[in-house]
Amino acid sequence: MKERLLNKLNNHFKDSIESVSEFRNEITLVIKKDDIVDVCKFLRDDEELSFDSLRDVCGADQFKSENRFEVIYNLYSLKNKFRIRLKVHIDEQNPHVQSITSVWPTANFEEREVYDMFGIIFDGHPDLRRIYMPEEFEYYPLRKDFPLMGIPGSLVLPRK
Amino acid sequence: MGIIKTNEAFITTRLDQIIAWARKNSLWPMPMGISCCAIEMMSFAGPRFDCARFGSEAFRFSPRQSDLMIVAGTVTYKMSHVVRKIYDQMPDPKWVIAMGACTSTGGMYRSYSVVQGIDLFIPVDVYVAGCPPRPDNLINGLIQIQKKIARGEKPGQSNKVFIPENSFIHERKTA
Repeated sequence: MKERLLNKLNNHFKDSIESVSEFRNEITLVIKKDDIVDVCKFLRDDEELSFDSLRDVCGADQFKSENRFEVIYNLYSLKNKFRIRLKVHIDEQNPHVQSITSVWPTANFEEREVYDMFGIIFDGHPDLRRIYMPEEFEYYPLRKDFPLMGIPGSLVLPRK
Repeated sequence: MGIIKTNEAFITTRLDQIIAWARKNSLWPMPMGISCCAIEMMSFAGPRFDCARFGSEAFRFSPRQSDLMIVAGTVTYKMSHVVRKIYDQMPDPKWVIAMGACTSTGGMYRSYSVVQGIDLFIPVDVYVAGCPPRPDNLINGLIQIQKKIARGEKPGQSNKVFIPENSFIHERKTA
């Protein structure tokens, strides 16, 4: 399964794949930011691969000067019982990436969560609002430069 | 001074005392079950621990009909407005038990999103320790509220009660 997957992707998206790595039989592909929707669409629609389930979308803050953020997509193929992980690097200056809600509608809430926690903007998302924090909250709590106990006064309590 | 006539005799008492007696034996809790403490709160209501023995079996899911709020769980900043709104809807006199570590102090959630103790926004009468507290410890909290009512204390006053973990077991050993 692994070889077939990598062959197919190499045939179709040779320029989109930045790197392939494997750790304990888990395959991770780093994809170019602009091509993520096409790669996802191909992985879903290909008869043989059929990655029909998007298991999770999450973010990560590597706290580096360039390519600070990552968005990570965990895919699962129910037909082949096979998992892969896709990664996209995102720069702090331009925190935009295409939404994959058009491929898997379940990405809707998960992308909202990544937006809420890291401030990454998903272009083409139908309803990009905060999902956990209050609407008027101004910070992104899972960024590494956000203090653990929060910023005083940023979240209001009811009057006593 | 009120006089209650019975068939053979009569009892004299003070009106406020008999009202307090009635109140303390029919505390209707508002179950503010937010997280895992709520499971122990259900056990406290169930047949094994049976808070019906203390007149509190009628859990009211409407704040209008309850006079004791058991806040059982981690209160986040977002939830704090809901807790306060429900507290405001309860009729006076109203009492509050902060059940468990998270509710009383924020507990292990020392983080930006969790209120570090619900006494930051509502007055609390009894704090029950534990993570989660055993149901018998919550019964002890209920008894402390009943004692407060019997003494004629007003809710939300300074005389807070702190119940340590396994308070009944300690009392039994020292007795």
